[in-house]
Amino acid sequence: MNRPNPITKKLVASFVLLVVVGIALMFVASEYTAYQVTTALAYGIAILGLNILTGYNGQFSIGHSAFFAAGAYVTAILITFAGWHPYATLPVAAAVTFCMGFLFGFPALRLEGLYLALATFALAVATPQILKVDALEHWTGGVQGLFFDKPDPIFAGLSVDHSLYLVTWIVFAVLMAGAWMLLHSRSGRAIMAIRDNPIAASTMGINLALYKTTTFGVSAMLAGIGGAFFALANSFVSPDTFNFFIAVYLLVGSVVGGIISIPGALLGGLFYVFGQEYAEEFSNLSEVIPPPWVTFGILLILMMYFAPFGIWGAIGRGWARLKR
Amino acid sequence: MDLFLQLTLAGLAIGSVYACVALAVVMIYQATDHFNFAQGEMAMFSTFVAWALYQTTGSIWLSFLIAVALSFIAGIIIERVIVKPVENAPIFNQIIVFIGLLMIFNNLAGWFWEHTTKTLPSLFPEHGIDSTLISTHNLGVILFTLLILGITFCFFKFTKVGLAMRAAAANPDSARLVGVSVGWMLALGWGLASAIGAIGGVLVAPIVFLEPNMMSGVLLYGFAGALLGGVNSPGGAVAGGLMVGVLENWARQYVPGGSELGLTFALVLIVGVLMFKPAGLFGRVIIKRV
Amino acid sequence: MKLLEVKGLKAFYRQTQALFGVDFELEEGSITTILGANGAGKTTTLRSISRMVRTEGEIKFDGQDITGLSTEKVAALGIAHVPEGRGTFVRQSVEENLQLGAYTRKSKNEVAKDIERVYTYFPRLMERRQQQAGTLSGGEQQMLAIGRALMLRPRLMLLDEPSFGLAPLIVQEIYEIMARIRDQEKASMLLVEQNANIALNLADQAYLLETGNVVMSGESEILRNDENVRKVYLGY
Repeated sequence: MNRPNPITKKLVASFVLLVVVGIALMFVASEYTAYQVTTALAYGIAILGLNILTGYNGQFSIGHSAFFAAGAYVTAILITFAGWHPYATLPVAAAVTFCMGFLFGFPALRLEGLYLALATFALAVATPQILKVDALEHWTGGVQGLFFDKPDPIFAGLSVDHSLYLVTWIVFAVLMAGAWMLLHSRSGRAIMAIRDNPIAASTMGINLALYKTTTFGVSAMLAGIGGAFFALANSFVSPDTFNFFIAVYLLVGSVVGGIISIPGALLGGLFYVFGQEYAEEFSNLSEVIPPPWVTFGILLILMMYFAPFGIWGAIGRGWARLKR
Repeated sequence: MDLFLQLTLAGLAIGSVYACVALAVVMIYQATDHFNFAQGEMAMFSTFVAWALYQTTGSIWLSFLIAVALSFIAGIIIERVIVKPVENAPIFNQIIVFIGLLMIFNNLAGWFWEHTTKTLPSLFPEHGIDSTLISTHNLGVILFTLLILGITFCFFKFTKVGLAMRAAAANPDSARLVGVSVGWMLALGWGLASAIGAIGGVLVAPIVFLEPNMMSGVLLYGFAGALLGGVNSPGGAVAGGLMVGVLENWARQYVPGGSELGLTFALVLIVGVLMFKPAGLFGRVIIKRV
Repeated sequence: MKLLEVKGLKAFYRQTQALFGVDFELEEGSITTILGANGAGKTTTLRSISRMVRTEGEIKFDGQDITGLSTEKVAALGIAHVPEGRGTFVRQSVEENLQLGAYTRKSKNEVAKDIERVYTYFPRLMERRQQQAGTLSGGEQQMLAIGRALMLRPRLMLLDEPSFGLAPLIVQEIYEIMARIRDQEKASMLLVEQNANIALNLADQAYLLETGNVVMSGESEILRNDENVRKVYLGY
C-alpha cells in the first residue's frame, strides 16, 4: 500500500525551528530559568510517555509517578554509589523503567480502563512507602533520600544549569521525534487501533498483549527518563518528592497540553512548572484567590466539559476552522 | 494469644473505617460504574469540617452530626453540578473529573486549615471500658460502624426510596418507566456515599491524625476491601473492609518488614484480586477482560 | 373521548430519522394495535410517547401536550410502558418489582391490595413472589412486566411485543389474561406487535406501520379482511 510520506518539509522545518529556538532561548535564560525549563522538560518527557499510553493506546495510568521515581532513583544510586557519570546513568534508568513498565503491563493487560486506573492509583500511593523501606535504606537513603552533584558542563563557559538545559532539551527533541515516528509507523497505527477497537484490532492480526505491554514499557521508560532528568536538575531525590500527587500533576499536564498529541507534552511540562508559578503569584495577590492546585483542579474539570483535548487539541481545531 | 486478640480487635476497628469507605465506593460504583477517586479526599474534607465545627461548638457529637449532614448535601450538589455533565462522556473524562475533585478538596483543606496535623477527639468516652484487649475508641468504632451499616442495609432493603435507588442502579431505563427519577437517585447515592465517608473520616481521625493527606491511604485500603469483598456487593465490601483491616494488622506484626509496607500490601491485594479473583469473594463476575 | 392523539410524529436517533410523520389516536377504554415488520418504527412510537427519543410533532395525552415532559413524569401521568425486553429488575424479587411499578403512588394499603390483585391475574407470580426476578422464565418475566405496569393503575398501557420470544401456548395465555384485564380494569392499551394475528384479535383499532409511516388504519376487522394485510402480515 502506498501512503503519502507523512514527513513533510513543513513539518521538518517547524521541528528544526523549534529545536533552534529552544537552544537560542538558553542564551537569554537566567540560571534559575534554565533550571525551571529543565524541570519542565523532565516532566514533559514523562508526560510524553503518558500521552502515548493513555492518549494513543487508551490505557489509563494515574500512577506514573512510580516510574518517574524509579528513573530518578536509578540515576541517583548509580551516581552516588557507583560513581557513574550522570549522563551514563540515563540508558540504565531507561532500561530499568522499561522493564518495570513492561512487567506492570502484564496485569494491566487483563484490566479494563477503570480497573487499570485503580491499580496504577494503588501503585502511586504505595511508591513513597516502598522507597522508605528499611531493607533498601542503604541504597535509597531512606527518608532522607540521596544528594549528589549536578553534572559538569558539557563544554567550558556554560553554567551547570545551562548545560543541563541543553542536554535535556536535545534529548527531549529526540524523544519527541522518536515518538512521532513510532506513532506514524505501522506499530503506531496498531497502537491506536487497539485504543479505538481492541476486538477489531485483534481480528486484524494485531498481537494485543505484545503491543499493550510494550506500549506500557515505552511509556514507563519515558517517565523514567523524565525522572532521571528531574533528579539531575535537583541533584537530590527523596521518597516524598514522588508522592501520589506527582502522578496527578503529570496527568494534569498531559490533559492541559493535549493528551492525544506529541507537542502537547512540551506544553504540559511548561504548564506544570510555569503555570504553577504564575498561579502561585496570582494566588498571593489576595486572600480570596485559592492556591494553584485548587485552580488547576477547577480548570481540569472545566476542560473535560469544554476542551477535553487540551491546548494542542484546541489549536488543531482552531487551525482546521481557519483553513476551511 | 492476648497479642493476637489485641491485633485482631484493633484490626476490626480500623477495618470498620475501611468498610465505611469501601461501602461508599461500592455505592457509587453500583449506581454509575465509576470508582470515585475523590471519595477519600471528600471524607477528609468532611472531617476537617467536623473539626472546625468542634472548635466553635465544643461538642464533638453535635459537630459530627452537622458535618455528616453537610456532607450529604454536598454530595448531592457535587453529583448534580459537577459529575452530571460527564455522565455519558467517555470513561477518561469521568476519571479526570474525579481527579480534579480530588485536587480541589485536598488543596482546599490545606488552604483553609494548613498542613499541620490536628487532633480530633474521639466520639467515645476516654475511660469507658477497662480492658487490655481493646481501647474504648476502637470498641466504639466497631459497634458504631455496625450500627451505621445496619441502618444503611435496612434503608436499602425496606424503604421505597432504597428500593428505587437499587432499581435505578440496576436498570435505569426501566426505572424511569415506572416513574423513578434516576438522576436524583444518583445524586442521593452520592449524598449517602459522602455522608458515610464522613463518618469513616471522623472515626479514623483520632487514630491517624487529621491532615489533608490522611485519607489517601485509607481510600486505598477501602478500595482493596471493596475489591476483595466484591465490587458489586455492598455486604461483601463491608466484609472485605473488615478483613483488610485485620489482615493488615496481622501483617504488620507477623510479616518481616510488614510494619512499613502496609500500602504495598494494599497494592498487592488490589492487583492480586483483580488478576485472580476479579469478582471478589462475595460478588459476581463483572469485570470485562480485554 | 380521545385519550391519546399523535400528530405528525417524527423521531430521531442522533442523526437517523426513524419516524416520518405518524398520526394516530386512541379512544379511552379501547385497545389499539400498531402492526409492522422489524424496523418499521413500532417500538420507536412507544418510546416517543414515553419520551425516550428525540421527537418532533404533537403527542397529546388526555388533551395535555406531553412532549416537554421527562420519562418519569410521563409515567406519573398514568402511562405504563411495558418495554421491549420486558425491563425486569433482575436482582430484585418479584414482589419488589411489583412495588416498583407502584413507585408513583402514595397509599401503601392500596398498593398492597393491588399486588394481591395482580397475583389473581398471574397466580404463577404469586408462587414466586420472593424469588429473584432474573430467575424467572421468559413468559413469567412478561407476566411480571404486565403486572408491574398494572401496579401503576395506568390510564394507558403501552405494550411492546408481549409475544416476543415466547412459545405459542404462553403467548395465548398472556393474551387471554390481557383480555381479562381489559374487561375488568377498563384499561386502555396501545399494543405493538409483529404477531399481527393475535394482536388483531384483541384490538379494536389497528394501524399498519411501514418504514416510519402509517400506511393503513381502521377497525381491526377491516385490516384482518384486507387482502394485502392477510398475505403479508397474517400469512394466509
